[in-house]
Amino acid sequence: MRLYKGGVGQASWALHRLTGIGVLFFLFTHIADTALIMVGPEWYNKIIAIYQMPLFGISEIFLFAAVLFHSLNGLRIVIIDFWPEATVHHKLLFKGMMGIFLAVFIPVAWIMLGHALHGGAH
Amino acid sequence: MDVKFKILRFDPDKDKKPHWESYQVEMEPTDRVLDGLELIKGRVDGTLGLRRSCAHGVCGSDAMLINGKNLLACKVLVKSLPQPITIEPMRGFNVLRDLIVDMEPFFAKYRAVKPYLIEKDERPEHKERLQSPADREKFEDTTKCILCGACTTSCPSFWANPDYVGPAAIVQAHRFIFDSRDQGKEERVEVLDGRDGVWRCRTVFNCVEACPKGINVTKAIGEVKQALSKGELDPPK
Repeated sequence: MRLYKGGVGQASWALHRLTGIGVLFFLFTHIADTALIMVGPEWYNKIIAIYQMPLFGISEIFLFAAVLFHSLNGLRIVIIDFWPEATVHHKLLFKGMMGIFLAVFIPVAWIMLGHALHGGAH
Repeated sequence: MDVKFKILRFDPDKDKKPHWESYQVEMEPTDRVLDGLELIKGRVDGTLGLRRSCAHGVCGSDAMLINGKNLLACKVLVKSLPQPITIEPMRGFNVLRDLIVDMEPFFAKYRAVKPYLIEKDERPEHKERLQSPADREKFEDTTKCILCGACTTSCPSFWANPDYVGPAAIVQAHRFIFDSRDQGKEERVEVLDGRDGVWRCRTVFNCVEACPKGINVTKAIGEVKQALSKGELDPPK
């Protein structure tokens, strides 16, 4: 089956689902690695050492992007649900939301990338 | 101009699954997609199954998936579309043959929201039921629905859950719920406020883009959500 050619509404809905599942997956992983402290400090330290590898540092940038998009898009949906008049400007709302997303994401991602590549402390 | 079509064909008596077939017909650039389909049916392959009636964007019987979007075949000019023009039946309904889908479940939901004026008070004798222009304006947009099914079958929530009452039925409910003369608002609550009612809407806006009449479907659904959450549709105490 081919993809239905929806507009920004469909794209944001699909991304909302995708980022939601991504963040949920991270939360489960995070609960599991934190729970390792119950097994012993050496196990916990081993896992935390893996997290400090550059690959995981870059993954954290994606995690930040997912959390930020999911939060901002959630607020956009709340606005639309509480004020149905906002549906008239839903494309403008999406553009505004993406503007805020980029304004926050780009500088934070730049700082995070520096930490990931130069082994900065977390 | 030569126009190429790619049509998803399915004959339940012969085919195990749908398959694509290609056609080429000569048309005027200002002809519509429906003209092309009728040319194919009339001159190339008479077995092609499709629905059409008024052919002027009023009856809503020729809604289909054209180049990946729900559109009325009678409203789209061939010159406005990249070729080959792909044609599929609307999604989420059972395909009876080729582009003909079973719309009975769609109309069952339409009937479920009681799309008619419910009056409980005695009818005024030899008098109209008066309504102010401001009250009439509240449901002006939703009077335009032609029940083509383009909105419902463009909705991901409906694809995932065929029991979802769907945008078209909610639009029809909106038309009467916000009519100041209607007295049966609470009779529609069970369908609209239930697990397969308005709360399944995820504000995807595909319905708004698909509606050939330009109805702001998501706004109508939002207004019904608001009315339900504020208790405006509850029975009078």
